[in-house]
Amino acid sequence: MMTMKKPTAVQVVFYAALLAGLLAFPLIVKGTFPTHIMIMVFLFAMMGVAWNILGGYAAMFSFGQAAFFGIGAYTSTILLMNYNVNPWIGLVAGGVLAALMGAAIGIPCSNLRGHYFAIASIAFAEIVRIHFNNWKFVAAAEGLSLPLLPESLGNFMFHSSKAPYYYIILVFLLLSVLICWYISANRMGFYLRAIKESHELAKGMGISFVRYRLYAIMISAFLTAMAGTFYAQYILYIDPESVLILPISVQVVLVAMLGGAGTIIGPIIGAAILLPLSEITRVSLGYKGSGIDMMIYGALIMLISAYRPQGVWGLLTTIGRRGK
Amino acid sequence: MTGQLLAQLMNGLLIGCMYSLIAIGLTMIWGVMNIINFAHADFLMIGMFISFWLYTLYGVDPIFSIPVCGAVLFLLGWLIYRYLVSKVMTGPGLAQLVVTFGISIFIANAAVFLWSPDFRMIEKPLLAGTWNFGTVQLSIPKAIASLGSVAVSVALFLFLRKTKTGKAILAVEMNRSSALLMGINTERVNALSFAIGSSLVGIAGAFLSMYYYIYPQVGGTFGLISFCIVALGGFGSIEGAFLAGILIGVVQTLGGYFFDPAYKYAIVFAMYLVTVWIRPQGLMG
Repeated sequence: MMTMKKPTAVQVVFYAALLAGLLAFPLIVKGTFPTHIMIMVFLFAMMGVAWNILGGYAAMFSFGQAAFFGIGAYTSTILLMNYNVNPWIGLVAGGVLAALMGAAIGIPCSNLRGHYFAIASIAFAEIVRIHFNNWKFVAAAEGLSLPLLPESLGNFMFHSSKAPYYYIILVFLLLSVLICWYISANRMGFYLRAIKESHELAKGMGISFVRYRLYAIMISAFLTAMAGTFYAQYILYIDPESVLILPISVQVVLVAMLGGAGTIIGPIIGAAILLPLSEITRVSLGYKGSGIDMMIYGALIMLISAYRPQGVWGLLTTIGRRGK
Repeated sequence: MTGQLLAQLMNGLLIGCMYSLIAIGLTMIWGVMNIINFAHADFLMIGMFISFWLYTLYGVDPIFSIPVCGAVLFLLGWLIYRYLVSKVMTGPGLAQLVVTFGISIFIANAAVFLWSPDFRMIEKPLLAGTWNFGTVQLSIPKAIASLGSVAVSVALFLFLRKTKTGKAILAVEMNRSSALLMGINTERVNALSFAIGSSLVGIAGAFLSMYYYIYPQVGGTFGLISFCIVALGGFGSIEGAFLAGILIGVVQTLGGYFFDPAYKYAIVFAMYLVTVWIRPQGLMG
C-alpha cells in the first residue's frame, strides 16, 4: 500500500507547495465565482474522503450520504432557529446525530454485501428525504432560511467575503484527510481492508466484522454531517431538494470513484475535476434548465467508468510506475 | 368503507403488475451479469416517449406501439451492453455500479434537452373509460396494461424454461463458469439478457403511456421502487421479482390509504429495509 510508505522529500515539498498555494488562493484571486468553485471542490472532496472510509476501505458502497449531509444541515439550522444554539455546537450535535443514525441503519445493514448494501443505503436516504419533505417541524418542502447573525467566526457566518468560508472548509477537509490517513495507517484500516478482501477469512481471523463496519459508518456519517452544517451556514437556505436528494449521494460516489476509490488523495483529485466541470457547465450551458450540462456530465461519467475505471489517480500511478 | 378498501386493493394489484414487468427485466440483468442497471427506469421513459411520439406524430395508438417499443429498446440495450457495460464486466465493482448511473443521467437529460421537462399525456387512447363492478370502478387502460404486463411476464417465463436460448440464459445465471465449460457463449448471453431486459421495460413503457404522465424524470421513482422489488424478490429470481412487484404495489396503495399518501414510497422502502434485515438474500433468493 503506497499510502503506508514514509513520504519522500519530493512529496513533502510538493504537498507543502500545494498547501501554501491553497492558503494563498483567496488573497490572489479576488472574484467570488472562483472562490465559490473552490469551496464546492473542498466540500465535495471532504464528503468524498468521508465516503472513502466506507466505500474505499470497507467496500460498503453507500449511495445514501445525502441523508447524513441533510441531517447535519438540518440539525444545526433547527437548533439555531428554534433554540438559539451556536452553529458550532449545532455542527457537533448534527455530527453526533448523523453518527447515531448511521449506527441505527448500520446494524441491520451490516450483513448486506455489494449491491444489497447500495440499495439499502438508497432506501434509507429516500425515507429520510420523504420524511423531511412532509415534516411540518422543519417547514417540509418549503425549506428553512437561516437567521442572519453578525459576521464572525464564532457565529459561523460571514457576509462581506467568501474567504473565511474558504478557510473553514479547507480546515475541515484537512481534518477529514488526517482522520482517513490515521484510519488507513492503523489497525482499523487493516481490518477494514481485510473485510473487503474476504468476509469469511476476516471473520476466521477473529476480526469483529460488525463492529469495524459500524465504526466506519459512524465516522463517515459524522464527517458528512459536518459538511452539511457547513453548507447550511454557507448558502443560508436549505430544503430537502438541496440537501437530501439522491444526486448529492451520487456526486459523492463519483468524486471518490473518479479520483480512485480507496486512496486518500483520490477524492480530492476527483472533486477538483468534477466540481469545476459541473459548476462551469451549469453556469455557461445550463440556461433555462436545458439539460445539456447534465448530459455532458452523464456522458463523462459513463465514459470514464467504462474506459478508465481505475480513476484518474490510478491512471497517474500506473503511468508513474511504467516510467520507473 | 369496504368498497373503498377493495378499490384500493385492486389499484395496488394493478400497479403491482406493472412493477413486476419493470422489475423482471432488471432482475434478469442483475442475475445474469451481477450488475444493477440504474438506467433501467430511464429505458422505461424512452419507451413511454416512443409511444407518445408515435401517437402524436402518426396517430398510432399505444396498444400498437408495444412491439415498436420492445424492438427499439432491445436494440438500444444491445448497443449499451456492447459499448459500455461489457467494458466494466471485469473491472472494479464500483465502476460497474457507476457506469449505469452515468447512462441514466445522460438519457434523462437528453430527454429534457430534446423534449423539455414538460408533463405530457396521450389524450385519447383507444382504450378508455371504466368497468364497474358494483362499488369498485376499474380503469380500463390500467386493467389492460396490467393484464398485458402479466402476459408478457408469463411469456418471458416460458421462453426461459422452454427454449434453448432461454435455458442458456438460466444456466449462465446459475453458474457462469460451468456454463462456459458447457460451450455456452456467455458474452452473447450477457448481451442478449441485457437486450431482453431492456426490451421488457420498453414494453412496460408502452403500457404505462396509456394512462400515466410522460416526462423525462418519470424514471426516478419507478427506478428506486424496482431496485427494492428486485432485492426483495431475491438476487436474479424472476418469480421472486414477479411476486415482490405485486406485493409492493399492494403495500404502497394500502400504506397510502391507511397512513398518508405522501409516505407511500417511504413505507415501501421501510418494508424493504426490514425484510433484508431479516432475510439478507431476499424473499426467494
